[in-house]
Amino acid sequence: MHYQKTIAGSIANALIYFVLILGALSCVLPLINVLAISFSSSVPATAGQVKLLPVGFTVNAYQYVLEKKEFVEALWVSVERVVLGLTINTVFTVITAYPLSKTKSRFQPRNVFMWYFVGAMLFSGGLIPTYLMVSATGLMGSIFSLIIPGALPIWNMIILINFFRELPGEIEEAALIDGAGHFTALTKIYVPLSKPALATLALFTIVGHWNNWFDALIYINRPENYPLQTYLQTVLTKQDYSVAATISSIGNLSDRTIKAAQIIIGSIPIFMVYPFLQKYFTQGIVMGSVKG
Amino acid sequence: MNRNKFKRQLPLYFMLIPGVLVVLVYNYLPMIGLIIAFQDFVPGEGFFRSEWVGLDNFKYLFGMNNFPRVIWNTIYIAAAKILLMIVVPVVFALLLNEIRNKHFKRGVQTAIYLPHFLSWIILAGILIDILSPSTGMINQVIKFFGGKPIFFLGDNKWFPTVVIASDVWKEFGYGTIIYLAALTGIDPGLYEAAYVDGAGRWRQLLHVTLPGITPMVVLMTTLSIGGILGANFDQIFNLYSPAVYESGDVLDTLIYRIGLVDAQFSLSTAASLFRSLVGLVLTVVSYKTAHKLTGYRPF
Repeated sequence: MHYQKTIAGSIANALIYFVLILGALSCVLPLINVLAISFSSSVPATAGQVKLLPVGFTVNAYQYVLEKKEFVEALWVSVERVVLGLTINTVFTVITAYPLSKTKSRFQPRNVFMWYFVGAMLFSGGLIPTYLMVSATGLMGSIFSLIIPGALPIWNMIILINFFRELPGEIEEAALIDGAGHFTALTKIYVPLSKPALATLALFTIVGHWNNWFDALIYINRPENYPLQTYLQTVLTKQDYSVAATISSIGNLSDRTIKAAQIIIGSIPIFMVYPFLQKYFTQGIVMGSVKG
Repeated sequence: MNRNKFKRQLPLYFMLIPGVLVVLVYNYLPMIGLIIAFQDFVPGEGFFRSEWVGLDNFKYLFGMNNFPRVIWNTIYIAAAKILLMIVVPVVFALLLNEIRNKHFKRGVQTAIYLPHFLSWIILAGILIDILSPSTGMINQVIKFFGGKPIFFLGDNKWFPTVVIASDVWKEFGYGTIIYLAALTGIDPGLYEAAYVDGAGRWRQLLHVTLPGITPMVVLMTTLSIGGILGANFDQIFNLYSPAVYESGDVLDTLIYRIGLVDAQFSLSTAASLFRSLVGLVLTVVSYKTAHKLTGYRPF
């Protein structure tokens, strides 16, 4: 923007900075508060004395959580889920997006298939019929119940189709004339050229699988096979007084510090991929909004 | 010639098989499974031997005492979220757009869209802690100023407000980034032209910036209208309790409780079908509207 500097303008600027800082702090302070609580001793934490710095610094809550069998098992299930989910989602997304990225003249039934997938996004069978289907296909209780039903993330696939379409069509023609088949064109040309797009989608897939909790709550019948977020759901969102009662004898621990430590550990992977998410974030939005 | 072409396209068909199958089994077959909304479905009897009851499930559903209340809660919460998710992110994007200091701008962006990536489990854990009447950060502040602590998550007067505010808090950063991207797409020449014509900061905002992001605002809003009956299950499920069903129970939480807690499969599915149909109509209408208003087509 172009404008001349005035006193009113400077006041406006100060106000703008103030509002922005307030907004930014509102997003960060609650997290810092929880972080501080997780490193605090039980007495100040329970008395509500912890603000933004730990009071009576201790790592007891973390020790307790990481020695708890259920927590560690759930953490492991989550890692397994992310690895399996990422692999399967990526393969499905790539091999489905490739044929659909062809124009109708190169692959006649393209639009029919496209509508088939878009239709699946527009309407849903809802909770119970989907639940019955997962049960009928024998996935109940298995980690695959968390992966197979959503093996093809349709929205991600549409993003990838749009990305494939931006690549110059001559590359594919050249490859096909050279005698290479579609599979070779896909693995040797398309996939290497779409690394940035695939990386972006991978990040969103990782976050999605890590954060998902509801499917495990209904499909996994044994709590010891819960992924971390589902386990945390049972611990964090219910007021459970028994835990506080049983561990009060251990000393430097309280229900509150333990919950805080679990919140922090549960979000560590997100913090880890956050810098990358940020980098690709706007890119992803731009890709998603490419007109078809 | 034609056979040759088909042979060359054969691999393309092969590639589609896995995706088509998974979507068939877990998306389309459940849609057929919606017929249990018209049955008195008993799992042991299956789809074919369960008794047909016509529209009885719908009659029962619409006649339930709390149904109007649930619909009202769903629409009220969703509508408030949609409205605020226009205003707050647009204002934030406009303010950020005024900032020249790149590091500051980036720092604010980094902070505000962090909550977007955290699950509602984590955020519910944090909210339950900071809103706690005894030890929570917010009530500490209220007590410090001499007020009486408020039980935000257990009080029907407060619950919807907390739900709306916390969702806006989680998502406004995401919206801001989208509008900011739209803002950077505005031709700088327009600002120069406006400046030459004597337009100050305010008039540039009104006549260049706002018209520049209107298509994106219209698009985002129309797209979110389709989801109005799905007022964020993850969030409400993890924050509510029987004490606030009156003000916080929404269609999706009702579907869950009827279906998987009370095991009334057919009744729950009737509610699902109702929700899906309304959602479909709203989605199609809003996509059409978005296309008409902005020329945007997602597929």
